[in-house]
Amino acid sequence: MRVARNELYAGRGLLVILMAFIVLPFLTIFVTALHPSGTVPAGLSWPAEPQWGNFVQAFEVANMSALLMSSMFIVLAVVPVALVISTMAGFAIGLLRVPGARWLLLLFVFGLTLPFEGIITPLYFLARQFGILNTRLAIVLPLIGLFMPFAVFWMRAHFANMPGEISEAARVDGASTWDLFWRVHVPLARAPIASLGILMSVWAWNQFLLALVLVEDPTQRTMAGALGAFQGHYATDIPLLCAGTILILLPTLILFVVFQRHVITALLQGSVKG
Amino acid sequence: MPRAYWRPSRPNTKGNWADDLDHRRRRSSRVGVSSARPEAPRWSAGRIPWGQGIRRSSLGGWLFVLPALVMYGLFVLQPLFLTIQYSLYSWDGIGPSTWVGLENYIALTSEPRLIETLFNAFRLVLFFSVIPVSLGLVTASVIARIATGRLGTVSRTVLFLPQIIPLVAAGIIWGRLLSFPGLVNQGLDAVGLGDLTRAWLGDFDTALGAVGIIGVWVLLGFCTVLLLTGIAKIDHALYETARLDGAGWFAEFRAITVPSLRYEVGVCLTVTTIAALATFDIVYVTTGGGPGNATAVPGIQIYILAFLERQVGLASALAVVLMVLVLLVILPIQRLTREGAR
Repeated sequence: MRVARNELYAGRGLLVILMAFIVLPFLTIFVTALHPSGTVPAGLSWPAEPQWGNFVQAFEVANMSALLMSSMFIVLAVVPVALVISTMAGFAIGLLRVPGARWLLLLFVFGLTLPFEGIITPLYFLARQFGILNTRLAIVLPLIGLFMPFAVFWMRAHFANMPGEISEAARVDGASTWDLFWRVHVPLARAPIASLGILMSVWAWNQFLLALVLVEDPTQRTMAGALGAFQGHYATDIPLLCAGTILILLPTLILFVVFQRHVITALLQGSVKG
Repeated sequence: MPRAYWRPSRPNTKGNWADDLDHRRRRSSRVGVSSARPEAPRWSAGRIPWGQGIRRSSLGGWLFVLPALVMYGLFVLQPLFLTIQYSLYSWDGIGPSTWVGLENYIALTSEPRLIETLFNAFRLVLFFSVIPVSLGLVTASVIARIATGRLGTVSRTVLFLPQIIPLVAAGIIWGRLLSFPGLVNQGLDAVGLGDLTRAWLGDFDTALGAVGIIGVWVLLGFCTVLLLTGIAKIDHALYETARLDGAGWFAEFRAITVPSLRYEVGVCLTVTTIAALATFDIVYVTTGGGPGNATAVPGIQIYILAFLERQVGLASALAVVLMVLVLLVILPIQRLTREGAR
C-alpha cells in the first residue's frame, strides 16, 4: 500500500510531537530531581553536579518502604476478595441466570456511573461509626464495594458467552452448582479474571480520594494517597518533591513496561466490554 | 480509567454499561457467537428433575450473588441513600441534625460559588473529552495508515503512559511544568514570547485551561489506543478500494474511519465525560480550586464543604446534583453508542 511521501513525513511529525508532549513532563521532573535540594531550577537544565543523593534522601523522608508495604497490603486485601466474590456473582447472573438476574445486573451497572465524590461523605461517617477510621480497613472495605459494579459486569460478560453445553455436560455427570463453578468454570475464566485483577490492582494503587478522606497517616495509605501527603509536606523543596514523585511512580512504571501488552489490553477491554 | 480514572481516577470507573440490555445482539455480531441461545435453564428438563433442578440452582445461585451484593449494598448503596438523606438535613457532622427539607438545594442555587463549580466541570468536558477524542481520532488514523511498524507500537505505548500513573502524580508533574520557571515558560522565553509567561495555574484567566491541558495529557493516549483497536476491526477492503480510487488521508478519515468508529467514540466520550465531571485528584493537587473559584469543581467543593467547613447537608446536596447530572449526560451518549453498535 502506497502512501505519499509528504503525507508520511507529516504523519511521523505529528506522532513525534505528541510523544514529546507526553514524555517531556517526565523528563522535566527527572532532571529537576537531580538539582541541589532547596533550589528552584529551570524547567529543563542539566545540573552542574547531579545530586543522585536526592533519591536516597526522598526514599528516607517519604518512608518509602512503609509506603510500599501499605499499598501492597491494600492491594492484596482488596483484589483477591473482590475477584472471588465478583466472579461468583458474575457466574450466577450470567450463567445460572438466577431469578431476577436482569434486575441484579441493572442494579450493579447503575453503580458504574457513580462518582466517588458522591458517596465519600457518608463513607467517612460510616467508617467512624464502624470504628475503622484511620485504619487501612477503611480503604479496603469500601474499595471492594466500589469495585463491584465494574467487576460483576465484567465477569458476567464472560459467563454470558460461555456455551451452555459445558454446563450441561457437567450437570449430567452429577456436578453440584459449586463444582460447576469451581471445577469447571473458574479454570475456563482464567484470562478475564487475570485482566480484572490487573485492572483492580492499578486502580487500588492509584486511589486517592478514599485515602485522603479516610486515613490520616500516609504510611497507612495507598501510593497515590501517600504521594498527596508527601506533596503537602515538601511542596517548597522542589527537587526533593520531584525525586519522591519519581520513586513513587517507579514500581508502576516498571510493571507497566514489563507487562505493557497485558495492561493495555486489560484497560481497554475494561471500557469496551459489554 | 481509563482514571480515572485509567483513572482518573479516575477513573475512575471506566466502563460502558447501559447498552447492556442490548448486549446479546452486539456480542453476537461482534464476536460471532450464535445469538439463538435459549434463555431458560440450559440443562434439559428431562435429565434432571425439573422442580428440583430449578429450586436448587436458584437458591444456590442467590448465595453466589450474596457476598458481592452485601459489599455493594453496604459500601455503595447505603452511602448513596445516606447522601440523599443528609442532603435534607442541616448537620455539622458532630452535633444533632435538623430537618430542613429542600433548603440545602435552594441554598445551592443561590450561592454562585457552588453553582460555578458545575459550570467549571462542564467547561472541563472540552479538555477532558472533546479534545482527547478528536485528537485521538486523528492520531489513531495516522498510526493505522502510516505507522504500522515499530513507530506505531512505540507511540502507542508512550501515549498510554500517563494512563497508568496516579492522577496525583500527573498533577505534581504538571504543577512543576506550568510554574515559574517551568518548562512551558522556559519554552515561551526561548521562542521570543516572553511576554506570555505567567504562573499558568495561578492566573484567573488560564488556570482552568491549564488544568484542562493536564486532562488532555492523561486521556489522549487512552482514546487513541481504544480507537486504534476499533480501526483494526474495520474491513480492510474498504481502505484498499478507497486507495485504488486515490483517496488521501483526509478523504479516508472522513468517509471510512470516523463513521465506522461510532461505538468506540461513544465509549471514549462516556469514560472521559465522567472523568471530567468527577475531577478531583488533579485539581486538589495543582490548584485546590483556586485562584479564587477559577478551578473549583464539584468534587473539590464537596470535599471542602463536608470536611473543612462542616456543612454536611450542603455538601450532600451538591453530591446529589452531581450524580444526577452525570446520569443525565451519560444516557444520551450511551444511546449513540448503542446505535453505533456493529
